[in-house]
Amino acid sequence: MHPAPSIIVFTVLSGLGFGLLAFLGLGMPTVFSGVAFGYFTIAYLLAVIGLASSAFHLGNPQRALKAFTQWRSSWLSREACLSVATLIVMGIYGGALVFFNTKLSTLGLIGSILALATVFATSMIYGQLKTVPRWNSWTTPALFVTLSLAGGALLAGQIFMTLAFLVLAGVLQVLAWILGDSRFAQAGSTQGTATGLDRIGTVRHFESPHTGTNYLLREMVHQVGRKHAQTLRIISLGLMVILPVVLLWLGVTYVTVALAALSHVAGALASRWLFFAEAEHVVGLYYGKR
Amino acid sequence: MTTLPASTEKKLGLVIDLDTCVGCHACVVSCKGWNTENYGAPLSDQDPYGADPSGTFLNRVHSYEVQPNEGPAQLIHFPKSCLHCDDAPCVTVCPTGASYKRVEDGIVLVNESDCIGCGLCAWACPYGAREMDQAAGVMKKCTLCVDRIYNENLPEEDRQPACVRTCPAGARHFGDLGDPDSDVSQLVAERGGMDLMPEQGTKPVNKYLPPRPKDTWEEVDILAPLLEPVAPEADGLLGWLDRTLSKVGGK
Repeated sequence: MHPAPSIIVFTVLSGLGFGLLAFLGLGMPTVFSGVAFGYFTIAYLLAVIGLASSAFHLGNPQRALKAFTQWRSSWLSREACLSVATLIVMGIYGGALVFFNTKLSTLGLIGSILALATVFATSMIYGQLKTVPRWNSWTTPALFVTLSLAGGALLAGQIFMTLAFLVLAGVLQVLAWILGDSRFAQAGSTQGTATGLDRIGTVRHFESPHTGTNYLLREMVHQVGRKHAQTLRIISLGLMVILPVVLLWLGVTYVTVALAALSHVAGALASRWLFFAEAEHVVGLYYGKR
Repeated sequence: MTTLPASTEKKLGLVIDLDTCVGCHACVVSCKGWNTENYGAPLSDQDPYGADPSGTFLNRVHSYEVQPNEGPAQLIHFPKSCLHCDDAPCVTVCPTGASYKRVEDGIVLVNESDCIGCGLCAWACPYGAREMDQAAGVMKKCTLCVDRIYNENLPEEDRQPACVRTCPAGARHFGDLGDPDSDVSQLVAERGGMDLMPEQGTKPVNKYLPPRPKDTWEEVDILAPLLEPVAPEADGLLGWLDRTLSKVGGK
């Protein structure tokens, strides 16, 4: 799949923002007035920058409001509804903390659940697609939610939670890569089943429909960059999980936490880039490409 | 709503005969022509006369070489457009309700005024049947020429999809695949019509007729070795050339 920068930035930043909101809603940390304002501003900036950047890949963003209507069937619509519900609920909860020094615990709990549900809905946009076998696995939602919790805990200064979720995210990431590598073969789609011609013999793509490229190939058959996949996996895991864990192990200061957060985000961006670049869509079979 | 109907009254679709398709791309041209000039946003081209042309097509013809265990390879031309699946994954992923499957005839359509161009339906389709128009920013797909098949302003023989009407080889057939007595259903039953990527669980309505078995190629006339060879020696102008060149070249 084509790793569109707008979608990579969107999923990583909004994951972080909603992760932070999940912890703030649980009162971890319980903050009031100016400090609360700071935390909520960071969380909202991350979440809203993420949502805004997702609008960049729309062909007709002026009709985006219509995306709130189909929550019964569409994970993308559910994500839109859940994200706005989270932002409204957490806005009221945050407003009470900032302006009235009042903690509305029940509302915060609801907001936390909504925040995690939003991240889950984001992950299911990809996890639901049978056409991309690497994504069509339980590891996709598990990794998205755990990464969001790890990043959120880090930003919320919950060091024990950060370490726990970072290690879990590392394990899930490695598992997602290992299991993902054989998903395409397991799904059973080949050039033979795609054309139905395997009943005659071995199928080879002889000629493309057109001499030029097309939307399908640009969007779904991305082969550039897979060459460096192994190197990038090591870099991503190192920056996303190992370096932050080591930094926090060395000592919890503003400097180590800030460095750990930067390293984690850089690693998460690399991981998300690989998530798209390594994913193979079955339509590539019609073009003799993967 | 982007939930799928439990069942449709008809299942209009295409039956494509891989045995007779000659790969002329006439269906591609007629499809692009009709659908650019009629329903919805035109099918735009980008850099059409430049170094890197590309454009939106609702129907594309691939060609595959198939190598059987024995005998020579076969070349099979393979037109591919929307299969109007019963369990269409492109419809349920749509966040706006722009994509839908019609209850009355099972055609999968896009309401372009509701489409935000997120591209998720194209990702959900295993067949590459949906293409985002780069000029209009909306998703385009085969409409089964919905503006022809019911169009009483057209002569009756033209009330079928443009690709079917134009196919010079008669490799494309249009009809109700939900009616077991229809011509297309009979054809599918007779020729063993098949689904593409059945493992994806999309239950396509369109069917493909597999190529008929070929004659075996080892069959050579048993009398061939006994027949007189034709023109063992060149004569006339060619003979003179042969002799002259042999002298010049010393062979």
